[in-house]
Amino acid sequence: MKPDDRPLTHDIQLHQLERRFGQRQVLHAINLHIPHGQFLAVVGRSGCGKSTLLRLLAGLDQPDGGQLQINPATRTRLMFQDSRLLPWKSVLDNVALGLPAVERPRALAALREVGLEDRAAEWPARLSGGQRQRVALARALVHQPQLLLLDEPLGALDALTRLEMQSLIESLWLAHGGSAVLVTHDVSEAVALADRVILLENGRIAVDLPVTLPRPRDSAHADFVRLEHYLLQRVLQGPQGQEPPAPASEQSIDFARLHWAL
Amino acid sequence: MSRPILSSIGQRLLPWLVPALIVLLWQLFASAGWLNSRVLPAPWHVLQAGWNLTISGELAHHLWVSFGRAGIGFGIGASLGLLLGLISGLSRLGETLLDTTLQMLRNIPPLAILPLVILWFGIDETAKLFLVAFGTLFPVYLNTWHGIRTLDPGLLEMARSYGLRGWALFLHVILPGALPSIMVGIRYALGIAWIILIVAETLAANSGIGYLAANAREFLQTDIVVLSILLYALLGKGVDLSVRLLERRLLAWHPALQAQQ
Repeated sequence: MKPDDRPLTHDIQLHQLERRFGQRQVLHAINLHIPHGQFLAVVGRSGCGKSTLLRLLAGLDQPDGGQLQINPATRTRLMFQDSRLLPWKSVLDNVALGLPAVERPRALAALREVGLEDRAAEWPARLSGGQRQRVALARALVHQPQLLLLDEPLGALDALTRLEMQSLIESLWLAHGGSAVLVTHDVSEAVALADRVILLENGRIAVDLPVTLPRPRDSAHADFVRLEHYLLQRVLQGPQGQEPPAPASEQSIDFARLHWAL
Repeated sequence: MSRPILSSIGQRLLPWLVPALIVLLWQLFASAGWLNSRVLPAPWHVLQAGWNLTISGELAHHLWVSFGRAGIGFGIGASLGLLLGLISGLSRLGETLLDTTLQMLRNIPPLAILPLVILWFGIDETAKLFLVAFGTLFPVYLNTWHGIRTLDPGLLEMARSYGLRGWALFLHVILPGALPSIMVGIRYALGIAWIILIVAETLAANSGIGYLAANAREFLQTDIVVLSILLYALLGKGVDLSVRLLERRLLAWHPALQAQQ
């Protein structure tokens, strides 16, 4: 990392962020501070605005109101639900997309990290869905982004491949550092990967919950199950929510103040 | 041991089985005297006519002339079509400016302007080249435009978010993405190039395969007429084959082509 890329400058600040599509307000006054290095998961039912939030962070869309503060020097890379590999480029050339010629060797190193070095010369059409997502992950990480945005990247994969990908994403994120924002409808995935989970409901942040379970996480562990259960119940019950249940053993935190706790 | 080789040769020859059977039947009918040689000469006589023309060097001359006309006319028409297709595919302003005009011109059958072209250029080379270029421009234009406009917007969004702009975006994403469609346009245009050339050479030329056929008709040389027709079929097939080979190279990544391998 270059000296001018001091970690703190890559914090992200959202202030009263609004987004409307015609008459429909998709995001209402979102306030959010994402400290550099945090793995944030955004969960919620479909249509809750979580993908819109991610597109705003990616700069693919512009807010209608409020402020979104991202350091212009923050390299942001996005991984989509479909791999979006260019079918006319070899696996290696896909990873090297947008890399200057002198840095091409890094593409092979990135492929090695996701365990697909031996498929470098293949066409993407020859790979399985899970392999394509691994290539897409390598393509995102080869740029060493300070902010990695993941838009349901595992949504289309089978359960087994999804678990493998989760631990791959976790280990690569731990190795590379930087912030990550994962949008998912899978509460278990959010608890497995994130330092912090926010639940969006009708375009508002309904829950902001830190996850302090030690890594690597065990989805059978009682604290994991409790958190997952709580979030799932909270997603299911909808906006007219009740008080959260007694926090899990090591999660004795005042939920109302979570927002500022980080 | 030689079984795979034999079966691969068989695979290659199989498409020619039906044409070979037709020629065989034709020869049998002719030999049996059921065909009037004024109506349809025997394949053997056509072959003889071809041999005689080859020896005299006439055939090579006419072939060369026709090939050159088709090639140059197609080159001009396809390049223009590609260029205009890129302009109107890549820019909304370009489409607004060009598309209406091209759609109107497209609906004129190229041969309908033949009288005008002869008035302009006489039966000069320019007339034939103009007609072939006119006929091949539109299929390439339309398919280029279509290829660009039906690009997966997800891929474009991805490429932009990975920092590709302008020329790099065109070279790495837009052009290869539109290429399958452009190749369809090129194959279609090549077919049209031959059709226009035949008619143009038949009506207004003093060389080329079409002229050979028209001239032979004057002298009731049915064998040479049939020979010319067969030559067009073979040339058309040959050109199509070479484009397909090109396609297989350029579009090797395409799932549809990989399935054939």
